[in-house]
Amino acid sequence: MSDVHSLWMAAAGGGTASIPAPQIEYGQLSPMLIVFGAAVLGILAEAFLPRRLRWGTQVTLALAGLAAAFVAVLVLANDGYGTTKSGLIAMGSVALDGPALFLQGVILLAGVLAVLLYAERRLDPRVDGVPLDAFTAQGAAAPGGEQEKQAAKAGFASTEVYPLTLFAIGGMLLFPAANDLLTMFVALEVFSLPLYLLCALARRRRLLSQEAAVKYFLLGSFASAFFLFGSALLYGYAGSFRLPDIHDVIAGTAPATPALASSTQNDVLLLVGLAMVAVGLFFKVGAVPFHSWTPDVYQGAPTPVTGFMAAATKVAAFGALLRLFYVAFPGLRWDWRPVMWAVAILTMVVGAILAVTQQDVKRLLAYSSIAHAGFILTGVIASNRQGVGAVLFYLLAYTFVTLGAFAVVTLVRDSKGEATHLSSWAGLGRRSPLLAAVFALFLLSFAGIPLTAGFTGKFAVFQAAAAGGATPLVIIGVLSSAVAAFFYIRVIVLMFFSDPQPNGPAVAIPSAFTSTAISLGVIATVGLGVLPQYFLDLASKAAMFSGH
Amino acid sequence: MNSLIPLLVAAPLAGAALLLLGGRVLDRFGHWLGTLAAALSFAFGLVLFFDMLGRPADDRAVHVKLFSWIPVAGFRADAAFQLDQLSITFVLLITGVGTLIHLYSVGYMAHDERRRRFFGYLNLFLAAMLILVLADNYLLLYVGWEGVGLASYLLIGFWQHKPSAATAAKKAFLVNRVGDVGLSIAIMLMFTQFGDFSFAGVFENAPQASQGKLTAIGLMLLLAACGKSAQVPLQSWLGDAMEGPTPVSALIHAATMVTAGVYLITRSHAVFDLAPDAQTAVVCVGAVTLIFGAVVGCAKDDIKKALAGSTMSQIGYMVLAAGLGPIGYVFAIMHLVTHGFFKAGLFLGAGSVMHGMDDEVNMRHYGGLRKYMPITFVTFALGYLAIIGFPFLSGYFSKDKIIEAAFAKGGTEGWILGLVTLVGAAVTAFYMTRVMLLTFFGQKRWRPTADTSGSAAGEERMPHPHESPASMTVPMILLAFGSVFAGGLFTLNSSFLRWLEPVTGHSEGHSPLPSGVVTGLTIACMLAGVGVSYLMYGRGEVPVVPPIGSPLTRAARRDLLQDDFNHAVLVRPGSALAAALVYFDIKGLDGFVNGLAATIGGVSSRLRRVQNGYVRSYALSMFGGTLVLVATTLLMRSA
Repeated sequence: MSDVHSLWMAAAGGGTASIPAPQIEYGQLSPMLIVFGAAVLGILAEAFLPRRLRWGTQVTLALAGLAAAFVAVLVLANDGYGTTKSGLIAMGSVALDGPALFLQGVILLAGVLAVLLYAERRLDPRVDGVPLDAFTAQGAAAPGGEQEKQAAKAGFASTEVYPLTLFAIGGMLLFPAANDLLTMFVALEVFSLPLYLLCALARRRRLLSQEAAVKYFLLGSFASAFFLFGSALLYGYAGSFRLPDIHDVIAGTAPATPALASSTQNDVLLLVGLAMVAVGLFFKVGAVPFHSWTPDVYQGAPTPVTGFMAAATKVAAFGALLRLFYVAFPGLRWDWRPVMWAVAILTMVVGAILAVTQQDVKRLLAYSSIAHAGFILTGVIASNRQGVGAVLFYLLAYTFVTLGAFAVVTLVRDSKGEATHLSSWAGLGRRSPLLAAVFALFLLSFAGIPLTAGFTGKFAVFQAAAAGGATPLVIIGVLSSAVAAFFYIRVIVLMFFSDPQPNGPAVAIPSAFTSTAISLGVIATVGLGVLPQYFLDLASKAAMFSGH
Repeated sequence: MNSLIPLLVAAPLAGAALLLLGGRVLDRFGHWLGTLAAALSFAFGLVLFFDMLGRPADDRAVHVKLFSWIPVAGFRADAAFQLDQLSITFVLLITGVGTLIHLYSVGYMAHDERRRRFFGYLNLFLAAMLILVLADNYLLLYVGWEGVGLASYLLIGFWQHKPSAATAAKKAFLVNRVGDVGLSIAIMLMFTQFGDFSFAGVFENAPQASQGKLTAIGLMLLLAACGKSAQVPLQSWLGDAMEGPTPVSALIHAATMVTAGVYLITRSHAVFDLAPDAQTAVVCVGAVTLIFGAVVGCAKDDIKKALAGSTMSQIGYMVLAAGLGPIGYVFAIMHLVTHGFFKAGLFLGAGSVMHGMDDEVNMRHYGGLRKYMPITFVTFALGYLAIIGFPFLSGYFSKDKIIEAAFAKGGTEGWILGLVTLVGAAVTAFYMTRVMLLTFFGQKRWRPTADTSGSAAGEERMPHPHESPASMTVPMILLAFGSVFAGGLFTLNSSFLRWLEPVTGHSEGHSPLPSGVVTGLTIACMLAGVGVSYLMYGRGEVPVVPPIGSPLTRAARRDLLQDDFNHAVLVRPGSALAAALVYFDIKGLDGFVNGLAATIGGVSSRLRRVQNGYVRSYALSMFGGTLVLVATTLLMRSA
């Protein structure tokens, strides 16, 4: 029985027994604690600081918090917690190992880039001297109503997006490190709820934004329910929420107890539970057939939030998926391998094919992200250490490329805000060659053209999958990549070889925030493509889960 | 002393680099720079030659390794030179004749705007040709082989503003590619067979290889030789190559580059000696080309094309001799060298005539030029006497030896080859006498040509033939010395035979006819050719408009229908194949690709409808997906 479980039992039993204080390693949890602390400070700032000081404070606080947490991750990694000293902390609920630290680092970098995009206030012209950002003046006001107009006039700003994002990041940091199903569920909710809110806060097209938020919330709750139900079934089978314990029970190495003897005879609990937990995670990574929220939400959410979700959520969710499949269910058992293969194939194929006919650049990127989820799944299915390293590297590369691409999307604007319809991107290369070239670079990286980060990542996962005996998956992956290359290249052709529309969109001149984010994206895309070896080594060194 | 060997190549290579990259600054003296580079190389060659003479025969070959060129596991190629009797012979011929022709070009190209570039290309050619003959392995030889091909292409098309020159250059390049493929296949075969392509390695291991492999290598080498040396069936480019400036025709397309095939076969004698079938093929190619070129030479009215036919025919002699094996190698090279002298001299003479006749090339518009251009006449006449084998001039010795060797081949084969070479000698005498008579004797048949220079541009004027400047006549005179004396010098004491024997080997054949009889027959044939030619062209009027002539003459004027043949056999099927492939590409592959794209697009549009925006549908699809997932997992378990 797990420690947490006994804790609950003790509490329920009441009586005279004193509750033993859980042992918490604060230093080793510091990345999460710093981020949560910064978020709490942000809430306080929102409550007590005068309006004019809030924006500066929140941006500084968020960036400082993320940077400090990143330093903490580096220190922990440097101390060997990722490799030699990896183990379990917080009574076995949280794992401190290579994959956890690596992905926490990636999520924090994604957070930094996202906050830089949030802080951009130069794209829209000022109204009454008040700079405008991507978020609505007052989230509580009805779209298009009188209250909204007044709030805008008064120069209100939704600076609460910063603490909300920090909370989400905190949850995401915990998600890939969670070592039992309950902690995993709590982390899932902690990062999902702020995201639902953030999706609803777009300044332009608020109805679309709110619709996206509601859809995301409803479907997300639905998926969470599956996850929770599945966890309960797994508990019923193994008598524990902890992933290593579940593994022991499946492997038959757990100490035999009468309760276990009755439950393990019937592995329907195990299989149905596993399937439902997996559904919850498949939803978060956007795997087919649990992907349908992705295009609608990506399109409706404020673009900086879309970029953040597309990158960080995927990183966190794949981290949890990896841990589930490598710690609790190591080695793909023949009875559910076909299901994993089917999901991976469907995800790659449907994502690539549906992207072909998209006309909106944000929806295009959404389907592209679905196809990429499929490619990453092939690395997960590889079920070897090489596969873990490949997935880690892929996520690192994908984060920068995705955030960079969405950052470019925020810059192409007309009078109604972002011009996301692809027709208005025609001829962009003639008017803004630099920006179009940067976007083309990101698209080429998505397509997996050599000398870009995307190529290295894709090569790594396919190589691992082939080594893991999933050659048919690799073949389908390569064919899907070919289909995917079509729509990426189509956008490049559109930008460079079509005539510009007469009153097409203009490219806004961004402030240093967005410029920095895009520059970091470009540097990472080229760097991880041309000189990937250091990071490949790092990822493969980090690719070891701690079990007990 | 061996350190001089790389300098042989370095001098013209540096000259080419300077001239081609140097810019307009070099326009004023670039041609002298190029000539100097050639002369320098010749001087190095002479020094090395005398150095070699000073050593005993067994000790004459030297190797110089420059650097490791391609060092890969299991594959080694060095850039290394090998200087032995055979290569130094070529070095002296190439740089010696090359220097003279550089000098000649100074006068000949005096009025050309792109003279500097011309000399750059000439230097490039010299460097490549020297690499070809100095290489100690087939791969480096291939570098030189391609290099001379490039230089030849650039120089044939030097007057690229003329469409005919541009086309001729392209034709030469394309036909040569066919031969080059042969050489590359030969090299690959050597590598698979011997794991090596250095001369030493290949020749040492050749006896262990199977007959079939050696024959294949030999035939591929022969294909390469055919391309470079304009032998049937790859002969079609040489006539058109005369579009290049005349010094180029003299140097590249008469004296040196076109003889590279003979060098290749002689150099590879160890392979050919072990592959009799390949040798037979070589002999056949030589014999056929010998007659083919001679017949073409008889019918051409263009002086350079007549000489080109002659070149083809004379190289046919050399290839035939090389195909005879050890009894012929030395004489092939000897004829190559003497031919280098007299044919270069003849071409330079032709160039001198054209120079004096406002670039007229049709011999039917020459006539009676001997009084106007005495030096040209005398040097040309000496070259003429040498090529027809007039006793005691160069060609007499070298050709006579080949005819003797052909008889000495023995058996029916020997008789056939002997007769072919004798007929060739008669026809050679015929067409060369024709050239001589039409050009320097008889009536003046000059005609006015469009004046392209000076104030009277566009007006027609009669040519005013005059002797060429000294820079042109001096090389002609020097080459005439070679035409007259080289053969005798080589034959005296069998000096050339003893010189080359350590490299190529030699064995005396047993001729069914005594040597004196063969010589007598040769002279008789030669006299017959001269006589017939005199009867036809030396006595009465020569019509300015060519008579219709016999079918053979008409065919020969069209190079014995070689282009018609190539067009029918290669071009037409090639175009048909290309058209078929294009059709297949458009209808088949493109159709498939477009169909696939349309299918994906259609599927995509249909799938899009599932994305209807309703949360209830999305939730349903998730629920359905979960059901399928769970059901499949359970099914898999019970299965």
